[in-house]
Amino acid sequence: MHPSLKWPEPGLTRVPYDVYGDPLIRDTEEERIFRGPVWNYLCLEAELPEPDSYRTTFVGGTPVIVSRDRHGVLHAFENRCAHRGALICLGEGGRGRRIQCVYHSWSYDLEGNLRAVAFEKGVDGAGGMPVGFDKSAHGPRKLRVGTFSGLVFGTFSTGAPDLRTYLGPEIRQRLERVLPRPPRLLGRHRQMLPNNWKLYVENVKDSYHASLLHAFFTTFRLNRLSQQGGIIVDDSGGHHVSFSRRRTDRDAAAYESGGLRAHRTDYDLADGRLIRGRDEFGDGISLQILTVFPGFVSQQILNTLAVRQVVPKGPDRTELIWTHYGFADDDPEMGEMRLRQANLVGPAGYISMEDGAVGGFVRRGTAGAGGLEGVVEMGGDGTESQGTRATETSVRGFWKAYRALMGL
Amino acid sequence: MGPSRSEIDDLLAHYGFAIDDDRLEDWLGLFTPDCRYRIVARENREAGLPIAVVYADGRAMLEDRVAALRRANIYEPQRYRHTIGRALRDPYDAHRARASYHVARIMREGDVDLFSVGEYRVRVAAADGRLLIREIDVIYDNARIDTLLALPL
Repeated sequence: MHPSLKWPEPGLTRVPYDVYGDPLIRDTEEERIFRGPVWNYLCLEAELPEPDSYRTTFVGGTPVIVSRDRHGVLHAFENRCAHRGALICLGEGGRGRRIQCVYHSWSYDLEGNLRAVAFEKGVDGAGGMPVGFDKSAHGPRKLRVGTFSGLVFGTFSTGAPDLRTYLGPEIRQRLERVLPRPPRLLGRHRQMLPNNWKLYVENVKDSYHASLLHAFFTTFRLNRLSQQGGIIVDDSGGHHVSFSRRRTDRDAAAYESGGLRAHRTDYDLADGRLIRGRDEFGDGISLQILTVFPGFVSQQILNTLAVRQVVPKGPDRTELIWTHYGFADDDPEMGEMRLRQANLVGPAGYISMEDGAVGGFVRRGTAGAGGLEGVVEMGGDGTESQGTRATETSVRGFWKAYRALMGL
Repeated sequence: MGPSRSEIDDLLAHYGFAIDDDRLEDWLGLFTPDCRYRIVARENREAGLPIAVVYADGRAMLEDRVAALRRANIYEPQRYRHTIGRALRDPYDAHRARASYHVARIMREGDVDLFSVGEYRVRVAAADGRLLIREIDVIYDNARIDTLLALPL
């Protein structure tokens, strides 16, 4: 832990810049956050459709294998050989009932149990493991696995509540909304962000910036703070939902009179098919951004649906993995719409490319700002759900959950 | 009778220089009106998954991409330097070819990164005595995109 990090007052409205770049804090997060009493997103069930298959993922910085055994049951365990610590699975995953470490050929079943040690009895009676070596006492750490609406989560903690309780009713309802039936995988995009993972999570929770930084969004009235919508923050503070309905502007004057950069009246699309969509969930909500603490994001923007996994790669680097999905019953027109609207999001997204860079701007801007702090006072000092998105309530909620686990 | 290999090389050289010279409006002129342009991760291509980082069906969508880069999107000043390998024509279809590329990204303060490596799979068409791009898939080999992808590859 950072020896001098004392959280500044008042309440949740200040964030010390030292919380982002410090290697000691990063290490502490591994133990108290990612291996703590949280549920971490691992993958989609649709990415492990067959029995006897497995794939690799991460929980914080820890490499993890998720598997589906021959009975169809999901398991997860550390991707670390019990012998010398090498990765058990090097690639994206595979199929079979055993996974073998390449280093010394120790092999594991899909529950993560050590099943075979090469030359365990030695060669020609010489060498080998001691007679009393107990394979069942050696193995990678296992995770509890839970699924919800086609999403696979895991936890290292015995103290975490069950997954449904962890998510809570409001988050469950909105996850089911965008995953009403099994998703069909459309592909993945991987992006490397030049900043601490928390800066990206804050950015996702920060509905205040969306219509200011992302000019593309605003101009086409896809998302304006004056649209009907709101923010839900769960009791822990760590999960949130932000949503809005399209074309329900109540106060366009607040934008236009302000002369904000994000509003440009002269802008028009040469091909409007980009943003042509359907009200596929039947409730008029065209945008729903949802987070589950610590590093899971679910996104609906028009008909582009994706989940995002936030993977820390050191204090100042974060991998962001976008997994796009549709549904098996998408008609060809819907399939095309999802592919076209994917232009809105991802590393090159019209309304998301800026998010790849702003965390780096904060990192660079705060390089000499040790001991100083950022301000999150939009919408007050609490973490309650609010009927406006001109608020930072869910950013404060993140810090409420984070500080509770970190003891800060 | 299709285009010669050197005609395809010239088309791709124009393509690269138009981006590197920040002449994206000229770059648009290298496409047919009904073109298809995609930037695709090799991982998805090989898995048969359809998502693209950038997808335009029709030049109008590419025009929107350029207009957004000029007037809506925020990104730090940057340039690319393309190095494009010799085109290899499809032996069964002289209008199709592939060529390797390296794209270095140069940021405002002069820092250079090898931003992307991959290949172009291009289908060309002759129109009004010029060779134009009818389809191009930019298939990138790098697993991750660093920070953001603004300019086309």
